[in-house]
Amino acid sequence: MLAVTDLSKQFGGFTAVDRVSFTVGKGEILGLIGPNGSGKSTIFNMISGTLTPSGGAIAFEGREIGGLAPHRVTNRGIGRTFQIPRPFRRLSILDNVILAGFYGQGRHSKKAAQAAAEQALDLVGLPHDPHAKVDGLGAAGLKKLELAKALATAPKLLLADESLGGLDEHEMNQAADMLKRIRRETGITIIWVEHIMGVLMRVVDRVMVLDHGEKIAEGPPSHVARDPRVIEVYLGTDTQAADAAQTRIA
Amino acid sequence: MKRWLPWTIAGALLVALPFVYNAPYPLHIMVVILIWSFAYTSWSIMGRFGLVSLGHGGFMGIGAYVTALLWNHAGMSPWLSIPMALLASATIAILVAYPCFRFRITGHYFALVTLALSGIVLQVITATRDHTGGSLGYTPERHQGGSSIYALQFIDKETWYLIALGVWAAGIVIWYRVERSMMRYALEAISEDEDAAAAAGVHVTWEKLKVTVLSAMMTALAGALYCQYQMFISPDTVSGISISLQMVFAVVVGGIYVSLGPTIGAIITILLAEVLRISFGTAAVGYDNLVYGVLLVLFIIFLPKGILGGLMEARARPQAATAAQPKASRA
Repeated sequence: MLAVTDLSKQFGGFTAVDRVSFTVGKGEILGLIGPNGSGKSTIFNMISGTLTPSGGAIAFEGREIGGLAPHRVTNRGIGRTFQIPRPFRRLSILDNVILAGFYGQGRHSKKAAQAAAEQALDLVGLPHDPHAKVDGLGAAGLKKLELAKALATAPKLLLADESLGGLDEHEMNQAADMLKRIRRETGITIIWVEHIMGVLMRVVDRVMVLDHGEKIAEGPPSHVARDPRVIEVYLGTDTQAADAAQTRIA
Repeated sequence: MKRWLPWTIAGALLVALPFVYNAPYPLHIMVVILIWSFAYTSWSIMGRFGLVSLGHGGFMGIGAYVTALLWNHAGMSPWLSIPMALLASATIAILVAYPCFRFRITGHYFALVTLALSGIVLQVITATRDHTGGSLGYTPERHQGGSSIYALQFIDKETWYLIALGVWAAGIVIWYRVERSMMRYALEAISEDEDAAAAAGVHVTWEKLKVTVLSAMMTALAGALYCQYQMFISPDTVSGISISLQMVFAVVVGGIYVSLGPTIGAIITILLAEVLRISFGTAAVGYDNLVYGVLLVLFIIFLPKGILGGLMEARARPQAATAAQPKASRA
């Protein structure tokens, strides 16, 4: 469904992403992890059109999308969430999602957008109340709204820049289960970016690890978690912590 | 049905007014207020989304001068020249706004670019004084035989009042059309966060350009009407930076987020100018701009939603508070 080949991004002399290649199959949940500054968000921003790649190709359903404007990428069927939720505070919660439903699906009718919005709000578990304001939402609620906005655009591929930092353990698990449920109910393909390994490993089919803009490991979670390079990057050389992390994943 | 009743009554009263009461001076003031209300409404259609243009004096000037010049030099009826003026103003709007939106010149920088447009239009009118009369002003030639639909010239103020009323009402209708459209959702979103709007599928440049062209064309129409009514235009009265600032001031004072805010703003600014003119005469030339400036600062600080917006908010607040109660307890 998505094939990324030798994708690179330079900011001046700094290489943020260095010839990264990967594919995502239909219906798959791919986890994308790595420490802060490893290039995860840069890859995301190149796929979603916010950044233009310096090199390489991004093919979505067989067509090149690298360098396309963000709204066109959305209209092709790639929805995204932002790491820090970016709701439109001057619109109600429902209107936020209706907007995404209307413009994300090629501006058909407000009625269809409304239906798409209500469906998306149901999926994430937010109420349809037309008067409910964004300001009434907490951190977890804002993440749900962010997800609902992306889902309302009827994506075939969802780029979830989840970053569950700021949520408590219970909320993290809820968020992870939600992504799983969304995949089950809609059949959407998901790329999930995260820098906390634990929760992600429970949900994804396959995981890709980045460090300093390079891919250092890829495979099923259980396999990747045992990779010495991943352990080194992620947990340093503290073997006790590494063991602890592995038991948690298992 | 009930919702329309007050509007219908108000509309009928406004239409009936000149047939009952037609003292020339008050009627003249009403016509001027209606034309400027329309101009201010035109500005607010984009201004309310954070697209603060200081170039609308330019669009108004284009509307007025293109109409007058084509009449005097080419004998073209305003029925033809006004659409051409609107087209000219749309073209200029695209030329100025497209690069701004494409390269994401927003906020203060957008205001500055458009400010330059006001200045340029004023300079062009002044510089081509052989054709436009420069700063001395310009008069469309009177049509032989007084009132004429072909020339869009009318001697009696009643006709002008009705024309201005119709155009003003059309402006309010357009305001509501925008308010109820998906375009409003997009523009509200854009005004907060262009990247997030684009991620939701909004073509940011296109949506901004649409509303800018709409607003510019409406403003040009206001300029053309002003020209046809006053039968005298000068760079200071229909174009330039001071007119642009006056639009911002009037809309902010009246209320930028409410449909009748610009109209309230026009009533206040024009009555203020008239009071100053009558009580101080020529000694007070320019005082109105001084008062505008001071009031603008005060309003932005203390009443950012304007007079009408502030009043409506104050009225809505007790109701909203009671309505919010059960929701808060549930959360």
